[in-house]
Amino acid sequence: MDIQALQVHARHVRQNIIKMTAKAGAGHPGGSLSCTDALVALYFDVMNVDPKDEKNPQRDRFVLSKGHAAPALYGTLCERGYFEEKEFDLFRQLHGILQGHPDIKKCPGVDASTGSLGQGISIAVGMALGARHTGNPCHVYTIVGDGESQEGLVWEASMAAAHYHLDNLTVILDHNGMQIDGTNDEVMSIGDIHAKAVAFGYDVIEVADGNDMQQVLDALHTPPKEGKPRYIILNTLKGKGVSFMEGQVGWHGKAPNAEQAAQALKELED
Amino acid sequence: MEKKAIRVAYGEALVRLGAENEKVVVLDADLAAATMTNAFKKEYPNRFYDCGIAEADMVDIAAGMSTMGLIPFCSTFAVFAGRCYDQIRNGVCYPKFNVKFGFSHAGITLGEDGGSHQAIEDLALMRVLPNMTVFAPSDANEVYQCVEAAAKIDGPVYIRTARLPSPIYDPRPFTVGKGTVIKDGKDCVLFTCGIILEHVLDAAEKLKDYGIDAAVVSFHTIKPFDEELAREYTAKCKNVFTIEEHSVIGGLGDAVASAIITHGVEKFRKIGIQDVFGQSGKPADLLREYKLTGPQMAEEIAGVLKG
Repeated sequence: MDIQALQVHARHVRQNIIKMTAKAGAGHPGGSLSCTDALVALYFDVMNVDPKDEKNPQRDRFVLSKGHAAPALYGTLCERGYFEEKEFDLFRQLHGILQGHPDIKKCPGVDASTGSLGQGISIAVGMALGARHTGNPCHVYTIVGDGESQEGLVWEASMAAAHYHLDNLTVILDHNGMQIDGTNDEVMSIGDIHAKAVAFGYDVIEVADGNDMQQVLDALHTPPKEGKPRYIILNTLKGKGVSFMEGQVGWHGKAPNAEQAAQALKELED
Repeated sequence: MEKKAIRVAYGEALVRLGAENEKVVVLDADLAAATMTNAFKKEYPNRFYDCGIAEADMVDIAAGMSTMGLIPFCSTFAVFAGRCYDQIRNGVCYPKFNVKFGFSHAGITLGEDGGSHQAIEDLALMRVLPNMTVFAPSDANEVYQCVEAAAKIDGPVYIRTARLPSPIYDPRPFTVGKGTVIKDGKDCVLFTCGIILEHVLDAAEKLKDYGIDAAVVSFHTIKPFDEELAREYTAKCKNVFTIEEHSVIGGLGDAVASAIITHGVEKFRKIGIQDVFGQSGKPADLLREYKLTGPQMAEEIAGVLKG
């Protein structure tokens, strides 16, 4: 898909994130806006998926390991045609399909229930291992948060991915540098994450601007190295696309009020 | 009587199942020689995945594998159910993934490794999870039946096994969620689960010396629990004792208590681990220390009934 079209989709997904969180009065806009470009690249260009055949066993799989960025996933799935925009009305509400964190039992297009941090990447490793075991040619993608990478399970899963030579797995780090209580470095530094990923046996690609669609596409389209799981570091901006949210820790888990939402949507106008 | 550790039966059952069902894969966390999954590893090396000493990762890897149509059986020590509990809860039970847990070395009869390794809480942890089926087989034959049944259930299943060799009884009819009357009686009923059945039967025998005719009912399925049978024997015997190699909090005793509370029970006591951790020792010494031998239990039961 041409890059302008992808950028338009990304803008729509960002609008969806604002609409959803504003309506619910809750949710995580900051870390949703930072990984929007990667999600759009995956669902509109990279992954072999089709909303009309959403249970196809050979489809590529996606696991949102940083499950709190659910608005970005829902916004993307809706834009891609998995469900109607009216579902946004019940985001985080009783009987809605769009739970606070992704729920495989409720939301079409969701491949794993996530939200308990660290688990998604481990489930993705299991999917990739299971795919190889069953001769399924699918590729498994997962987006992990940088704060999430403080969870030990992320590294247990990484060790297993390298041990089992899972070249059908791509781990994407949404490296926006921030988490609930502050910057990564204030809370618990994740240190030289590039060196860590290399040491754990990944084929590592670092993207200077993880909110630049072309750079994201170039990384995702790089062929996997045989016998190695891939780790793509996207250096992103928390709150990307909404001026007053960009680079602000405070927008991790806070919804915009009506006035703020109107301003954000104005900035995100087509 | 012939004895066999039910963990050994678990390993054998997996091998049998592996022959019938190629979707079955087995995962372990560097304890294959203890959980007895090494039997499967030997027979089907390409369907065995060691996850290293990383139980949480093992459970979520199994979750992911199940989404590809496989039926993963995960094994480790029952005491580690706690360290991978979030993965069992959110990774497997919440999405109702088809993952099985064969956790061994449960209870104090684990012995010498001590209290840090003696799971006295695993049944409580597993019972409370929606979508989970919980098995606590009492002998090798029930283990074979539980493993076979687990593979047929579409969803998570926990199977509690143990280290200590225990008697093998004649095979009994098996239905998931149904208890088994081992011995009939009229003065009291002893509800039990797991390999402590050996000592419960001994207690029932000793109770004859006190002039007490005790029924013995064993539950290989703790969840869904056979409330009907529990109520039937409560109505019949009035006096109810639960006996388990588990904390008296949250396990079989509480499952029974919930079922019978409004059903005419007269005397009721939960026999088991009384809210304490275990310790190192020989299994026989530990059973005596925690008052779980046949003669000790008979004395306690007689005391309650005559008190």
